[in-house]
Amino acid sequence: MPQDHIISAKHLSRAGIESVLDRAAEIAADPDAVADRHAGKLLGMLFFEPSTRTKMSFSAAMKRLGGDIVDMGPVDQSSVKKGESLADTVRVVEGYADALVMRHPLEGSAKMASEFVDVPLINAGDGAGQHPTQTLLDLYTIREAAGFSNLTVGIMGDLKYGRTVHSLAHALTTVGAQQQFVSPESLKLPRGVRYDLHEAGASMREHTDLEEVLGGLDVLYVTRIQAERFPDEDEYRKVAGEYQIDAETLSAAKDDLVVMHPLPRVDEIAPDVDETEHARYFQQAHNGVPVRMALLDIILEGNL
Amino acid sequence: MSNEQELRVSKITQGTVIDHVTGGQALNVLAILGIDGSGGEEVSIGMNVPSERLGRKDVVKVEGRELSQDEVDVLSLIAPAATINIVRDYDVVEKHRVERPGEVMSVLRCPNRNCITSKDEPVDSRFAVLEEGVRCAYCDTIIRESIADHIHVG
Repeated sequence: MPQDHIISAKHLSRAGIESVLDRAAEIAADPDAVADRHAGKLLGMLFFEPSTRTKMSFSAAMKRLGGDIVDMGPVDQSSVKKGESLADTVRVVEGYADALVMRHPLEGSAKMASEFVDVPLINAGDGAGQHPTQTLLDLYTIREAAGFSNLTVGIMGDLKYGRTVHSLAHALTTVGAQQQFVSPESLKLPRGVRYDLHEAGASMREHTDLEEVLGGLDVLYVTRIQAERFPDEDEYRKVAGEYQIDAETLSAAKDDLVVMHPLPRVDEIAPDVDETEHARYFQQAHNGVPVRMALLDIILEGNL
Repeated sequence: MSNEQELRVSKITQGTVIDHVTGGQALNVLAILGIDGSGGEEVSIGMNVPSERLGRKDVVKVEGRELSQDEVDVLSLIAPAATINIVRDYDVVEKHRVERPGEVMSVLRCPNRNCITSKDEPVDSRFAVLEEGVRCAYCDTIIRESIADHIHVG
């Protein structure tokens, strides 16, 4: 198995992270310099569940490197509909492309798929598991806005099922950040992630109330709490309401607090935050293109 | 072993005796070893036999089959005190304890219904063995309690 698959953020080293972010910064500063760099190369897109940002930014990234994409298209119009296994699908599609990007609703799907292919495979989200490329663009945004030294990050919302949170927590541990996790009791970090963070010596605490930690944060990373995680609508509304922020909430924060969100948001960040200096989530989403260009460049060059 | 216990579980001429199995786990031991009688093995089991060390223990004797270290180490998950005796011509020729393996394959089923290994894919379950419990190599789910409930061989 080649070692250039990107499956989980826990396999990203500090040096590996920094090299992707450095390359992304170079590309962002001079995108024309790489405009033809991967002409003739194809990226295979396998999205077994819906995606807007991840899919579009990978497509944009590959095309801005001079390459192109081949897209499986929606699942209901593919051979998956006929009952084909994931293992078979990826073994076929690897023959069509130089690298694969895959999103799938099941945890562990990217790891399994990577065991069946020789081209590099990038996990673009596996169920409630991992989403390592989101993490790289999150780290890029954080490094630009706050740097990694003496960094304290609050991560709030659905920590149990949120794959962006799982990946980010691993990587923030790797870069040595302090982490304050804020969530309802029922949506705390899963055992597997907490185990890894402890093993890696993470500096972390868990809370149920944002107020306890808000004033000490450099970054607040907000995630969506989904209604389907709760037994009924009332319970959801009650809990979710406690994990929403608005401009008033942020008056207790540091002036230079950076607010991030993997998007899409529903109502966990009120629109009045958009107008504040804190809001960084749209910039964060835009960073997906240079960061994914950097990652694809490194992978296609075989330099991971 | 006392005479009383020997009466309960007869001696074997050749094969493997798994002793000091946690009381009540003998059938799980056989399940893990993939022994269900269909292969014709002669198997004797003693369950909840009095034991000085364990209070109550199970004993499993498999006639005509010598189990390898790899085969028995997986038993450490459910029977950490188990001892393995290889018997030839009624004599114990080898005796050793089970050791915790680094990982176990195709023995446990991941309890996460959203794990890729629980679907119809050509992949065997694989669990890393932690100090406490085991962890799915695919979805990272950790099982700490009642590991035997997740045994699924074949």
